[in-house]
Amino acid sequence: MIALTSYHIFVKEFVSEFRTRYALNALLMFVVTTLSIILFSIGQESPSSDVLSGTLWIVIFFSAMSGLSRTFVAEEERGTSLTLRLLVNANAVYIGKLLYNFALILVLSLIIAVAYLLFINEFGVKTYEIFWLTILLGSAGLASASTILAAIIAKANTKGTLFPVLAFPILLPLLLTCINATKLATEGAFLAEAMQEFQILISFTVVMIATSFLVFDFVWKD
Amino acid sequence: MKKLTFKSENIAKLYNRRVILDKISFSLSEGTAFAITGKNGSGKSTLVKILCGVLSPTRGTVEFSVSGTVVPYPDYYPHIGLVSPYLNMYEEFTAEENLAFIAKVRGLGAGWNDRRDMLLKEFGIYDHRKKEARYYSSGMKQRLKYCAALLHEPSLLVLDEPSSNLDRYGIDAVQKFMELQKKSGILMFATNDAEDLQFADTIYNIEDVKQGSR
Repeated sequence: MIALTSYHIFVKEFVSEFRTRYALNALLMFVVTTLSIILFSIGQESPSSDVLSGTLWIVIFFSAMSGLSRTFVAEEERGTSLTLRLLVNANAVYIGKLLYNFALILVLSLIIAVAYLLFINEFGVKTYEIFWLTILLGSAGLASASTILAAIIAKANTKGTLFPVLAFPILLPLLLTCINATKLATEGAFLAEAMQEFQILISFTVVMIATSFLVFDFVWKD
Repeated sequence: MKKLTFKSENIAKLYNRRVILDKISFSLSEGTAFAITGKNGSGKSTLVKILCGVLSPTRGTVEFSVSGTVVPYPDYYPHIGLVSPYLNMYEEFTAEENLAFIAKVRGLGAGWNDRRDMLLKEFGIYDHRKKEARYYSSGMKQRLKYCAALLHEPSLLVLDEPSSNLDRYGIDAVQKFMELQKKSGILMFATNDAEDLQFADTIYNIEDVKQGSR
């Protein structure tokens, strides 16, 4: 029953997003703006792959921060969170929103990664398996942390600024691991060499989801 | 027939040490209409939220029983229908889509389509069912909230300002369902409207309780 309810919430989020464009437009504009700034700032320079791996995840992080909070903030602002609270078990809400955030950040990360590969010539990936797996697992980690943070900050008065500030210390280990794994992909490492990074990313996501399950009911109700 | 009881014991709510509600206790059984009154800012809406389980009381308990068995939070949500000014429908969805979403997440069985159509007709918005809620007037939105609250035939219907934003046609439709609810379950409403109060078997004035507890 929870799985089916979560699925209906997931579908509702998608239909709602495509009709209102609350997050989508903001995210896409952010991606275009930040990539343009990076392109202009690089100019004729040839930054190392270490630097470019870092900027890739900076773009993904801040793009995610500008859009992922909308799932809960929009419910609070439109006064529909109470409706949802009366209709659905809190766990189903969390799972539905988590899946939606994961889908959104994954699509966003893929767009950023493809644009990065196309427009930044100095950024050359040699092991694509590591690169795409990092994008996938990094997106899962970002979604797992940002979903519970979005639920928390949706109740605050200073929603916009609070989200990246709260998210940064929590996401720091995830971002550093993603940057390391991306560096390995650009250096042409074997897939097995990136296993430690993947294990950290998976562990981070599992811990965040488990913790969120424990606290979400309290956050959602009050 | 299932036997319903609803009990509130010593409910208190404090915001930043300010007492909003204190010592709210009452007991209701099936077939009763219970009205909560009190001047603006007295805590009627806060009490309604606590009674519906969407806000935790600082002290006290709320207990809802069906056939002698206590239904724990959050399992009593399927038994509650709430209409209030602070509860909104999804404006980017049509009336049909809003009600379909509610039916799906509530896991309503076959036949909800017929009930949905009946409710939309009773509340006079059937012809607007394919229009997004953002284009509705405030009165039409209020009618849609009633359709949403009544779709699953709740045992406990809770109304906060039942006739706000409604014209005569809407008020008549609401009063019809208030009468039906009195017969089939428990009706609870928060209002200061004299016409609404005529439906109450018991009138509970929050101000009186506050003065009594001083």
